[in-house]
Amino acid sequence: MSVEPLIFEQGAPGRRAATLPALDVPAEPLESLVPPHLLRQEPAPLPEVSEIEIVRHYTHLSQRNFGVDTGFYPLGSCTMKYNPKLNEDMAALPGFALLHPLQPEGTVQGAIQLQYELEQYLAEIAGMARVTLQPSAGAHGELTGLMLIKAYHEHRGEGHRNLVLIPDNAHGTNPASATLAGYRAVEIKTDPATGGLDMDRLRSLLDSQGQQVAAIMLTNPNTLGIFDRNAVEIARLVHEAGGQLYYDGANANAVLGITRPGDMGFDVVHFNLHKTCSTPHGGGGPGAGPIGVKEHLVPFLPGPLPAQDEQGNYYWADPGPLSIGKVRANTGNFGVLVRAYAYIRTYGPDGLLRVAQSAILNANYLRHELASDYEIAFPQVRLCQHEFVATAQRQKQESGVTANDIAKRLLDFGMYAPTVYFPLIVHEAMMIEPTETETRETLDYFIKVMRQIAHEARTNPEIVKTAPHTTPVGRLDQALAARRPNLRWKPGQEATHGLGQP
Amino acid sequence: MLERLGLQSLEDLLEPVPEEVRLRRPLNLPPALAEPDLKRLMMGMAARNKSLDRVISFLGAGTYEHTIPSVVPHLQRRSEFVTSYTPYQPEVSQGMLQAIYEFQTMVCQLTGLDIANASLYDGATALVEAVFMALGPGGQGEVVVSAGVDPQYRRVLRTYARARGFSVREVATENGVTSLAALEAAVGPETVAVAIQQPNFFGCIEDVKAIEPLVHRHSRTVFISVTSEPASFGLLASPAEYKADIAVGELMSFGNPMSFGGPALGFLAARERFLRLMPGRLVGQTVEEGGAKQTGYVLTLQAREQHIRRERATSNICTNQSLLAVGATIYMAALGKEGLRELAALCLHKAHYAQHQITALSGFEPAFSSPFFDEFVIRLPISASRLQEHLLQYDIIGGYDLGRDYPDLADHMLFCVTEMRTRDDIDRLVAALKEVAA
Repeated sequence: MSVEPLIFEQGAPGRRAATLPALDVPAEPLESLVPPHLLRQEPAPLPEVSEIEIVRHYTHLSQRNFGVDTGFYPLGSCTMKYNPKLNEDMAALPGFALLHPLQPEGTVQGAIQLQYELEQYLAEIAGMARVTLQPSAGAHGELTGLMLIKAYHEHRGEGHRNLVLIPDNAHGTNPASATLAGYRAVEIKTDPATGGLDMDRLRSLLDSQGQQVAAIMLTNPNTLGIFDRNAVEIARLVHEAGGQLYYDGANANAVLGITRPGDMGFDVVHFNLHKTCSTPHGGGGPGAGPIGVKEHLVPFLPGPLPAQDEQGNYYWADPGPLSIGKVRANTGNFGVLVRAYAYIRTYGPDGLLRVAQSAILNANYLRHELASDYEIAFPQVRLCQHEFVATAQRQKQESGVTANDIAKRLLDFGMYAPTVYFPLIVHEAMMIEPTETETRETLDYFIKVMRQIAHEARTNPEIVKTAPHTTPVGRLDQALAARRPNLRWKPGQEATHGLGQP
Repeated sequence: MLERLGLQSLEDLLEPVPEEVRLRRPLNLPPALAEPDLKRLMMGMAARNKSLDRVISFLGAGTYEHTIPSVVPHLQRRSEFVTSYTPYQPEVSQGMLQAIYEFQTMVCQLTGLDIANASLYDGATALVEAVFMALGPGGQGEVVVSAGVDPQYRRVLRTYARARGFSVREVATENGVTSLAALEAAVGPETVAVAIQQPNFFGCIEDVKAIEPLVHRHSRTVFISVTSEPASFGLLASPAEYKADIAVGELMSFGNPMSFGGPALGFLAARERFLRLMPGRLVGQTVEEGGAKQTGYVLTLQAREQHIRRERATSNICTNQSLLAVGATIYMAALGKEGLRELAALCLHKAHYAQHQITALSGFEPAFSSPFFDEFVIRLPISASRLQEHLLQYDIIGGYDLGRDYPDLADHMLFCVTEMRTRDDIDRLVAALKEVAA
């Protein structure tokens, strides 16, 4: 296949696309305005290209990229659902997109109102007292939530609590966030019988170190797609020991209108609006990670918070003296919040319940149909939630075909790969989350392809082991990339290999 | 499908969720809206905002209004970019990976530094990440920050400092720039990093060449430069030229709408020696396995990151700001080498014209005499809030009320003038100000 040359390998000196207005004011000599020693010596060597070169280049790049609009994304824990075009249009309205964050409140009434209402919708969905829309992504929400918990403990004179309990199937962001919040992460194993938290281990940890426990971080359903039926008991035990419960909302698509983290006993929850509320992932961001909290944590929320006065005017309220402070500049990823608002208003209460039900139905259907050809993790659990974990253990044993090989082979059929090798506790894991927006036909095609790959693994394993065969590039040398990092283009660097398109 | 599962109803599917936690009522949310109704509702809300296409704004203070050529949104919004996931499967993600590699390169070109990452949430959290790099895993110590650094950034830094456990010392400004004497006194052997903003929050140009030796007096101290107005890279010495070790800041205003301040686009560039301490994603160039050896791009050095290293990761960041990085990349390609310089010159000259016109009015005094880029501070004859009310009658949004962050700068406004303001815009501001002049 062909290679697209870098933008730096295109163009010619003096070429340029963007035009700027002519200088319409008198100009003083530069040296009289800026001390010469503080002026730039070497101009930034940005590309010199014409507009059509830019258009063709980035159009070519987009054609070398897979998105939800291209095909099915069975990517576990990532909730790659369809992103409605309507929501994109709403976020692009000049009345939302062209707002400066520091404009006088009187000039941004609609923007504050939207956030005021969205906060209430999310609080209702989560069963929490209040929500802050400030965190920029899920991991940022986790960290903010742990900061709140820390401030809460310190305020109660229990600042000595330094442990955060995290199950071994948790997202990697959980332990990383705990460290950044100044905590030590303690891992709790999964109960091999139920796929839920090992309750004996939890009890013994709380018995021996309960006084040190600041919080437990859980996602329910967990990353195995299993709903932990002990949630309420876990909440009781951890609260009894003086700890707080943090709910990782990455899997919230499974619980909309069915159950609420607040009702399960959690004190803090984050949402990934780019998952649950269908704002596009944008190739890895932007997202938004609002967090909801119970009443006792409200005083610690970052500020400002949207509020409404008696005349019906909206304003930014400063948080009280116990606030942890700001966790980012300005008030949040507003452009993402506009899309989430549009999403919730489009679906309404009944629609959101149907979202969760359909997501669960689709996942169970795939799990059921794939069980003939692939091992399913925790088969004794009769029903999964919105996702499940299949494995390539059988294929690996029989023909050496791995989860990674199967993932790569799926790309040949115009579909993205499942999340592989996660959760870490399942060997050759393939974590599959179909979401509610896929049709029965798409699911059936995925099943058919997965069965064919299983067949290939038995009859012609090489074709799987050397996949993909139809993508713009084949498997890339990851080891070389890490051993000799080339993280930027430099003049004189060897030209990109392959036949470039003019 | 239910039949295939041997189930009767959707309710059967929910059997794993214990009854005691089931929500046995509909969520208390407004009913569903059809597309035309939703559009009407949201366009109504949008119309309640005075967006920048309907007013003349002189607000900067960390968020800058720059032109967005049509070519940027047209390409950035291609749905293969918009609806893609983090490029963990490189074979079908070459477009996003290559665009980010180009972004990393351009950030290096702007800053003059060796390496850059794939983006961070915003300038404030980028500053925090730079401080974490300076501290190193589990490291302790003190961070010195100039009061000329954006007050929001400093607030965010303090929030993180309290949780992670390190101390922050602030150094006062004098005549709008970091006091060299105070800085010299504040920096000691225990100082792990010094953060200076260029141009600073007041728009003033710091004498970074005089600051640098004070920072590097102790060999371990890391010099972090912060830039929230990237147009300044077109004229002012680059962080590499003034020997910064890490450069962070905000690139949202390059090609992305300001969208009420978010999503923003934090950037982070550093010297090569910080490679293993870098937070977030890095894209690297490599070749295919086997014989073909065609060039390709992958996420690399992932052993630093949370999904591999978990509690020992360099940062907890996962989702970043990829799509905004694509927008900034296209913008910088469109602007080009000469365009960036021209942009900076336009901002500089227009801001100086505006400052001269305003300070010619009685009662409007320049707060500082230090050189500035495209923002400047004016002492007002009336309170900032009253002046703002007055200007709004003319659909003008004035500068930022500095009294909100600096008690000694009550009745001071920070005006910003970019290439987006015409001479006519500036003259209209001056005419409106004249009505309240002493």
